[in-house]
Amino acid sequence: MAELWSGTLWPLIIIVAQILLIVLPLLGAVAYLTYAERKVIGAMQMRRGPNVVGPFGLFQPIADGVKLMLKETIIPTGADRPVFILAPMLTFILALIGWAVIPFDSGWVLADINVGVLYLLAISGLGVYGIIMAGWASNSRYALLGGLRSAAQMVSYEISMGLIIISVLVTAGTLNLSEIVEAQGNGMWYFIPHFPMFVIFIVSILAETNRAPFDLPEAEAELVSGYNVEYSAMTFALFFLGEYANMILMSAIAVVLFLGGWLPPVDVAPFTWIPGIIWFALKICLILFIFLWARATFPRYRYDQLMRLGWKVFLPVSLVWVVLTAGVLMAFDALPA
Amino acid sequence: MIHALTFYLFATVGVVAALMVVTSRNPVHSVLWLILAFFNGAGLFVLMGAEFLAMLVVVVYVGAVAVLFLFVVMMLDINMIGLREGLLRYLPIGAAIAIVLAVEVIALFMDWTMAPEAMSLRAAPVPDIAEVTNTEALGNLIYTRYVYLFQIAGLILFVAMVGAIVLTLRVNPQVRRQSIATQISRPKSEILAVEKVRSRGGI
Repeated sequence: MAELWSGTLWPLIIIVAQILLIVLPLLGAVAYLTYAERKVIGAMQMRRGPNVVGPFGLFQPIADGVKLMLKETIIPTGADRPVFILAPMLTFILALIGWAVIPFDSGWVLADINVGVLYLLAISGLGVYGIIMAGWASNSRYALLGGLRSAAQMVSYEISMGLIIISVLVTAGTLNLSEIVEAQGNGMWYFIPHFPMFVIFIVSILAETNRAPFDLPEAEAELVSGYNVEYSAMTFALFFLGEYANMILMSAIAVVLFLGGWLPPVDVAPFTWIPGIIWFALKICLILFIFLWARATFPRYRYDQLMRLGWKVFLPVSLVWVVLTAGVLMAFDALPA
Repeated sequence: MIHALTFYLFATVGVVAALMVVTSRNPVHSVLWLILAFFNGAGLFVLMGAEFLAMLVVVVYVGAVAVLFLFVVMMLDINMIGLREGLLRYLPIGAAIAIVLAVEVIALFMDWTMAPEAMSLRAAPVPDIAEVTNTEALGNLIYTRYVYLFQIAGLILFVAMVGAIVLTLRVNPQVRRQSIATQISRPKSEILAVEKVRSRGGI
């Protein structure tokens, strides 16, 4: 009995507590990311943004959440019920489980697995299923078109993302995310040597999360709202939460790969006093600001331009960069052991 | 105990999902069950300590191949009533094929011999699996001992890809394409005027 407790149950309780410690702040971050988005875009467009509910409109996300929970969930008659309900759940779950391998600080990681980068690539690749299943199960033309567009888009941009990640991996010599951050601490943050790839990666994660200017799957003007047009109440809220949690996850990946994770920018006294997790959060906020900035600035891409950018620009450039990185590391004998 | 439990979980769900792939009426449901089966396969790889292969199965099969399957199947015009017919009509021929295959497989296993070299090759992966991660072990094997086979596999896939593009690409002279080069080589003065706008003033 004691063995069962110390060997199985106690570790289980610890892991559940750790999961809650990750998921609850994440949900808070998602709620206030929607608030930040409305405030930032409001400021950029000379509006005020939400300012009625609570001081500075700070309770607006809570009001929105309560409203979505109290609404009625409508399932269309022609819909494929199990798939229709499964789709938003899948989107939300996938946006959460990616966080299992993200290192928040030195040693602060739920699952320190050796193939962390591949795990993240796999999870982000699965994200497309939520959308494509929603599009098909809704049994609606607009939703299906949105789902198809999204499938093509996410598959295309994943390839260039994979190649970009390969050049980072070649430089770091490991697939473990914590070790990638530590490798950046010994050398320099990878956005300096890999600056073109950093830019392409940021653009690719915009496309991968279906954010403006690549938000074709939910283009309001032509598809009403794309894949989620038939969803209401909590099912819609799960899509919404999943999309924003995915944005934060992708920003976290960019921070880990290019911006040195939890490391302070300079390794001297005033900077090292601040805990690593604060640096990590600040860097995520920086990338998220770029997300919002891009949405306020750029018009939506046309579909053929989106495909051209992915396949004819990003794919060759990132492929050449992989070869170049390997060549330079080989020539200067700097390949990690 | 946990290890055995997870194994039976993955194995049972995997087999059930595989059965559902062939028995479900709706092709889209079939593909979704197939994805679940792939997933459980990946889970079994993880239990065997082959985490790199597991991730590869998810990235390649679930993340890419099955998406394309779903893409095609979703666009089929599914006739639900038509799908319910024909089971009895095709049952004899299906059963006949299944029996032939089963007899062949049984015959094969009854006469199964193993080359002595095969076992020794299998038992000695280079380098020893206890010292390196399995990503490293696999990389060391693929890029050294089996580099030619690896390159040939890549070449075959490349030829298949080129073939598919050649077979499906049709150039239609009627289609007006966007020429990015001419667009971005226009001078700024031709396309852009910057106006200083006073707040609340308008132009």
